[in-house]
Formats: sequence, C-alpha cells, structure tokens
Amino acid sequence: MELLAASAAAWTAPTVDYHALAPEIVLAVGLCVVLLVDLFTPERNKWLLSVLTGFSLLGAALPTLTLALHDDTTRSLFDGRYVVDEFSLVMKGLFLVAGYVIVLLSSAHVEEGDYWRGEYWFLLLTSLLGMVMMASSRDLVSVFVALEFLSIPAYMLAAWRKRDAKSNEAGMKYFLLGVFASAVMLYGMSLLYGLANSTLLVDIAGSASLDGEFAAVQALAVVFVVVGFAFKVSAVPFHTWAPDTYEGAPTPVTAFLSVASKAAGFVALVVLVLTAFPQARDVWQPFIWVLSALTMTIGNVFALRQTNLVRMIAYSSVSQGGFVLMPLAVAGGAAGESALRAVVVYLVVYAVTNLGMFAAILAVSRKTRSGDITSLGGLFSYAPALGVLFTIFLASLAGIPPLGGWIGKFAAFQALLTDATPWAYVLAVIGAVNSVIAFGYYGNVMREIWMRPVPHGDTTPVVTPSSLQIALGITAVATLVLGVLPGIVLHFGDVADIVGAFGG
Amino acid sequence: MQMIRDDNWVLSVGTFLPMLGVIALLLVPKGKDSAVKTITLVTAIATAAVGVFTLLRFDFDKAGSMQFVAETSWIPVIKSTYFIGVDGISLPLYLLSMVITLLVVIYSLDHIPSPGNPKAFFVLTLVLQTGMAGTFIAQDLILFFVFFELVLLPMYFMIGVWGGEQRQYASIKFFLYTMFGSALMLVAFLALFFKTGAESFAIPYLVENGAGIAKNVQVWIFAGMFVGFAVKVPMFPFHTWLPDAHTQAPTQGSVILAAILLKLGTYGFVRIAIPTLPDAALEWAPWVGGLAVVGIIYGALGCLAQTDMKRLVAFSSVAHMGFVMLGISTLTPFGVNAAVFGMVAHGLITGMLFFIAGSVKERYHTLEIGKLGGMLTQVPRLGWILGLCSMASLGLPGLAGFWGEFPAILSAYNPAAGLNVTVYRTYMVIAAIGTVFAAAYLLWLYQRTAFGTPNGHDHHDLHDVNTHEWIAWLPLLVAIIAFGVAPNLLFSVIDPAVQGALRAFGG
Repeated sequence: MELLAASAAAWTAPTVDYHALAPEIVLAVGLCVVLLVDLFTPERNKWLLSVLTGFSLLGAALPTLTLALHDDTTRSLFDGRYVVDEFSLVMKGLFLVAGYVIVLLSSAHVEEGDYWRGEYWFLLLTSLLGMVMMASSRDLVSVFVALEFLSIPAYMLAAWRKRDAKSNEAGMKYFLLGVFASAVMLYGMSLLYGLANSTLLVDIAGSASLDGEFAAVQALAVVFVVVGFAFKVSAVPFHTWAPDTYEGAPTPVTAFLSVASKAAGFVALVVLVLTAFPQARDVWQPFIWVLSALTMTIGNVFALRQTNLVRMIAYSSVSQGGFVLMPLAVAGGAAGESALRAVVVYLVVYAVTNLGMFAAILAVSRKTRSGDITSLGGLFSYAPALGVLFTIFLASLAGIPPLGGWIGKFAAFQALLTDATPWAYVLAVIGAVNSVIAFGYYGNVMREIWMRPVPHGDTTPVVTPSSLQIALGITAVATLVLGVLPGIVLHFGDVADIVGAFGG
Repeated sequence: MQMIRDDNWVLSVGTFLPMLGVIALLLVPKGKDSAVKTITLVTAIATAAVGVFTLLRFDFDKAGSMQFVAETSWIPVIKSTYFIGVDGISLPLYLLSMVITLLVVIYSLDHIPSPGNPKAFFVLTLVLQTGMAGTFIAQDLILFFVFFELVLLPMYFMIGVWGGEQRQYASIKFFLYTMFGSALMLVAFLALFFKTGAESFAIPYLVENGAGIAKNVQVWIFAGMFVGFAVKVPMFPFHTWLPDAHTQAPTQGSVILAAILLKLGTYGFVRIAIPTLPDAALEWAPWVGGLAVVGIIYGALGCLAQTDMKRLVAFSSVAHMGFVMLGISTLTPFGVNAAVFGMVAHGLITGMLFFIAGSVKERYHTLEIGKLGGMLTQVPRLGWILGLCSMASLGLPGLAGFWGEFPAILSAYNPAAGLNVTVYRTYMVIAAIGTVFAAAYLLWLYQRTAFGTPNGHDHHDLHDVNTHEWIAWLPLLVAIIAFGVAPNLLFSVIDPAVQGALRAFGG
C-alpha cells in the first residue's frame, strides 16, 4: 500500500508531443467516425464509409509528411518507449499508402460481395493503426500491444466471407497459429524482462545479462521472440497458415495480409534485433540465416506446384519474405546499416508490386470468377492492358530490371556482400539461385497470359471499376519508376535510421 | 583511358529513341496496323540515322578512347552512375544493333508471324533495340546489368508468342538459362565492387583497380561473370538453350538473337571480365579456350546431324561463337581483334542465314532439308543468296566470315605471355579441323537444298525474293562482301580499343 502511494506521488503526467502522435490520433478519430457513421447510414449510402476510410488514411499521412519534413525528425516520447524517427516515419508512410491502395482494392469488392460493410472499414483502420504504432514502439509492452492491435482485426477480416467454409478456415487457422505465436513470443519477452529488469528495448540491449557469454535462457529468450515474429512474416517453418489463409480470405484482405501485415512483422523484427539484441547477434544471426534460406527455398518449391493463382502468390510471398530476411541475417555486423536499408527498400518495392499484383488479380477475377492460373489463358489477346500490367508486376516480383523488384534484390545482395563473410556469400548464392527458380512460376503465369488460348473462347471484355483502375495505375507507375530511378527508394532506405541501433 | 565528351547527347538519343516509338505505339488505337507500321519504321529509321550520325562524328584517330561520353548521377546511394560512351569495340556492335533492328522492321512489314498483332510485336522489337544498344554503350556495371536484362522479357515473349510448335518450352528454357547466368553475374559484379573498395561501378575505375584484387578472389569473381556471359554466348556446355530458342523463334527473333544478343556475352568478356580481372583471365583462359574448341567441334558435329535447316544454322552459331571465344581466350590483341571482327561478321552472316531460313519456310512450308531441293531452279535468286551466305559462313576468303575465323585460329599459335603455348597450339589444330567440318556441313546443306531437282511438291507460294526482302537483305549482303574485301575498315576501328582493353597483358 505504501509502495502504491509512493509511486502515485512520484507520478507526473508525461508531456505529450501531439505533433508526433498526430498520425495515430487522426487514425483513431477516423475509425471512431467510421463506426459511428456506419450506425446512422442507410444501406444504400454505405459507400460513404470507404471514402471516409480513405480520407482518414490520407489525413494521417499529412502529419507523417510534416514530421518527415521537420528539421528534427527524431522525437522520443514516454521515456523512449515510443519513438518517432526516420525509420518509423518511412514505415508509417508505407503503411498508410498501402492502406489507401487496399481501400481502393476493397471498395468495389466489398460493395458487391455479401459483406458487413461498416465493420470492414473499421477493422481495416484499426489494424492499420496497430501497424503505425508498431513502427514507433520501442518497448516490449508497446510492441506487444501494437502487434495484437494489428493482428486481431486481421483474424476477423480473414474470416469475413461469413458463409464460406474456406474463409472461416482461413480466419480460424490464422487466429490459432497467430495466438500460438503470440504466446511463444510473450514467453520470450517475459524471460527478457526477467534478465534485463526492464521492458525498454535500449535497456535490454544495455543490460549486462545479454552481454558476453550466453546462458541457455538468454538464447532461448531471443529465439522465442524471433520465432513469434517469424510466424507473423510467415517464415518457413512457421508459414503453414499462410497459403490456406491467403486462399480463403477475401482477396483484398489477402493483399492486406501479404503486404501490410507482413511489413509490420518485419518492422518489429528489425527494431527488436537492431535495438534490443545487438549484443546477441551470435544467437539471432545464424537463426535468421537458416530461416531465410529455408523460407526462400521452400516457398519457391511449393509455389512451383500451385495451380491456384492466389495460392501461388501466397507461396511466392513466403519466398519473398525469405529475401527480406536475407539482409537481416547479417544485420548485426559491419553490414548493419546496409542491411537496414535493404530491408526498407525491399519492403517498399515489394509492397508496391504485390499490391499491384492483387489489383490485377481482382480486376481479372471479376470476369473469370475463378482462382485457377489457367483462367488467365490468353488474357493478353482480349485485355492487352491488363495482360501487360500483370506482366509488369510478375516481372517485378521476379526481380527483372528495369522493374522495381530488382532494386530490392540488389540491395539485399549488396548487404550480404558488404558483410563479406563466407556465410553471407553462401546465402547470396542461395538467394541468386532462388531468384531464378522463382521465375519458373512467375513465368508460368506470363506464359498463360501471353501464349495460351482463352479458356472456353470467352473473350468478353474485362470491366474494371475506376477504383481498381486508380490502384493499378498508382502501383504500375510506382513499379516502373522505382525500377528506372531506384535512387528515390534507396534514398528512403538511406535516411531510415533507427534511433538506438548501431550505437546511435 | 581518355574520355571525349563532345556531343554527349548522341548516345542517349540513339538508345532511347526507340522508347519514344514504344510510347507512340502504345497510344495508337487497336487495329490501326498501318499506323503501327509507319511509326515503327520511322522510329527505326530515325534511330539508325542517329547511329549514322554517331559514326560520322566518331573520331577514328582516337578509336581507342571513349567518345560521346556522358556521365550523370543515377543511383548515388549505391555509387552507380548513368555513364555511357563508345570506343572502337562498342561502335561496330552498337551500330550493328541499330541496322539489324531496322532491317528486321523492314522485313516484318509484310512478314508479321502468326498470330499477328503487329503492335505488340513492334513494341517488343523496339524495347529490344534499346536494351541491346544500351548494353554496348554502358560504362557502369549496374547500368550494363539493367540493359543486359532488359532484352530478356521481350525476347521471351517474342519466342513464346510468335514462335513455332515448341515455343513455350523454348522460351522458358531461354529465360531460365539466361537468368541463372545473370544472377551469378550480378553477384560477381557486386563482389568486384566491394573488392575494389566499394568506390564506384564505373568500368574504367574497375579496370584500373581490379588488378589489385588478390588472385584467388579474382578467380572466383571471374567464375561468376564467366557463367553469366558464357550462357549468353553460348559456350559449350551452356549452349543447350540455343538450338531450341533459335528453332522456335520467329525469323525476326532468330535474326536479332543471332546477330546481337549472342554478342552481349562475348562483348561482356572483352569489355568487363578480362580487363577488370587480368590475373583471373590468365588463369581461366586455357579453360575458356578449351571449351571454345569443344564448342567448335561439337557445334560442327551437331550441324552434320541436323535435318532441319534452321536448327543447323543454330548449331553453326555454337561453332562460330567458339571461334570468337578462342580468339578472346588467347588474350592477345591479335586474337581479340579477330574475335570482335568475328562477332560482327557472325551477326551479319548468321542473321542473313536466319532471314533466308524464314523465307524458305514461308515458301516451302517446311525447313526439313530432306524435303527441300532444287532451289536454284525454282527460286534462283534466293538460292544464290543462300550460296553466298553459306560460303561466307564457312569462312571463304574474300567474305566477312574469313576475317573472324582465320585470324582467331592463327592467334592461338601465339597466345599471351603466361599461357601454355603447347595447349594453345593443340587448340589451333582442333579449331582448324573445325573449319573443315564447317565446310562440310554448309556445302552439304547447300547441295541438298539448292542443287538437284525440286521434289515434286506443288508450291503455290513459290516466288523469288520480293522487294521487302531485297531492301532488308541488300545492306547485309553488301556488308558481308565489303568487310570481306576490305577488312581493314573494321580492324582499324577495333584495334586501338582492343589494345587499350588488353593493356594489362602487355599488349
């Protein structure tokens, strides 16, 4: 009782930097507004909600931009538990833009499908808020809260096609494995807290207990936390939920999971290994090395065998995750900054391309009503524009210059070769071989589009709603520009420094 | 190396002009084929005109220096710049790519392969042109890599959409082989970058500093580049994509593939791999030479076994590129001169042979050598052109093929200091035997297709060389004869640049 009183007396309200928190506040207000408007809007006017969601995201992007343009880009709040730095701003920008594209992808789909519309937008915004928070969290507790904030709405969104068994299975699988991962991670976090006597990431890094010789318990703590996020980014062997969830969930939700949610997982992973575990790199580097090699290879091998387009993209996104992990496997050494840049660049490029890919899939599936790769047969002959767009996105995912994807792969290889250890070289060669294997399935889809006959001779034109057209336009232009002038995205990668990492 | 920066806009315009054409083509509404053809033709002519302007402004007295050099920032973060220029090695190949594209476009005006869609076909052709020209002028490894890869997709679609029966298999095989090579090549480029102090991707810088890398490291970096370039050449045993790709590709695809794309590989050796990694080049040269002569004999034997005319020409490419690689592997100015000449000659001659094969197919609806015959009586002009090109291909003195082949063999008599003379003289003997094979398969081909009596089939489409074909072919035929009679036209341009590239070997 005395203790409580003492701590209450010592407590003073923290000064809150409202500018730094503005994106989060805008999103929080936005999602409340969406929820309220939904209650009082008749069914025929529900389209308003998608507009409101889009505006909330753009509204949140504004303060993100002003923060980035401000001279002092680093703001530390709540004793360093919540930090707005260059890295977090770049990632927030990525989440908000990706969220906006998801809104464009979803609006026609949600209007036409049998969905609960109001809640859809509410949950989407909530999950995005979680991601935006994740980018700034620098404390075990806030990391965990952000993670649950972004995950729980995502579980529900995955099961959004209410009367569809596959969608239910998708949500259920995602939920069970996600919760399991959270539990493992929490266990690791509790061990970390026990060792460091603090939940603040920089304290954990500074605590002597993570320095020098390792006891089993310290290694276990680090590994458990990494495993928790390995689930989130669907790294092999923790990827088993991804294909089923991706296939069963509504396609815009799949786009959301495979881009935004995955990126959030990587953000947390990067922050943790670079700010909390820099001393423990002998533990996580080999672990991530193995995860990366497995993820690239197994993801690819399974993707080669798929006949369902979304499932193939699911495995391809698993495999792409392996490429993001690749630079992280050397992030603890001399190549640290180069590795951080590679992760950021890869995430940006991958987000743009994969969103475009899903936009194209959505556009075509409106006509074909099928998820089979063969349903794309002869697309180029009756919808040349969509055929070319598909090709652009597929080629970018495969990493073929001059489309965006190559610069991501390039940055990843560059980080590995900066490290210049034999293990890094081996991983680079594994990555190089895998990027060739990957063309096997990307090329297969291209072949279907360009060289195969149209199934059933059905050449009715594809009608693409304007929201999808905008999404396709944004992503295609971005994919091309990033590929031809990669300096833009590399610049983002270069400024994206994490406070607390690399001894800074 | 001296840099001449006059007229530095010329190369960029020449390289990216086709992309303007692509944009214009994309804006043409569907179905307006005549507009599509006009735009493409105008673009190709304008591009070639810029090429001719480049040739006129080129300072031949300084063919060893980089000319029309332009350098501007591109990706500063990774220290890669937009850095372009041409010297005596690049110039002939750069121009060749423009001329071949123009001729292919002219030929295509009335020969769009099935299933049609000239708009898409010409868009791909023009994108290819940008990629090819860009590769020959890039003086920065990353820029080189991007252009090198830019040709992949258009060629993949050209084979896969407009190709023959087995087009899908052939196109994916082509793509996977090349991509495998270029992935390792990229890793090698990065290793080279880091081992030279992570300062710059500019080729002149790397040439200056690459020699300082420890020899055992050089050997590995060279190995990565070797795979990338050798797949493209293609060298035995990486050649297996080539017969399939060539046989299945439409005529235009085969011509571009043979005339230009294969040269990207050999050019890579001459421009990048050998000058930047001289120690490794010395170490690898005997192996490269060995694979080259294996390729010569293997390609020739492959040719003798073929029953399909186009496949025969494809295998002959393996043999001819073997001569080019043998010349390069000697690491002497003499050999590399022969190699660069051989690249141009092979581009002209084999490009021409693929054109002929396409026209034969169009007339006889088959390329089975056994079903052809008596071309000289039915289509005498086509028959004579085939005769001329066969003679040029087998290396008859007085035609361009000779000056690629004969000096390459001769150069193996006296390889660069540090290489085993006995080994190279053995190569020389084997390569010389290869020329006998070459004569055998080409003369046999000619005998079976052009001589004799036509075999009874009723050929409604049979007509001799038409106007489009004459326009497309005459420049090539003239060049084959002109370079054959006056090889110094080319050697005098190439030689100073080759001397510069081989400075590390005391050449």
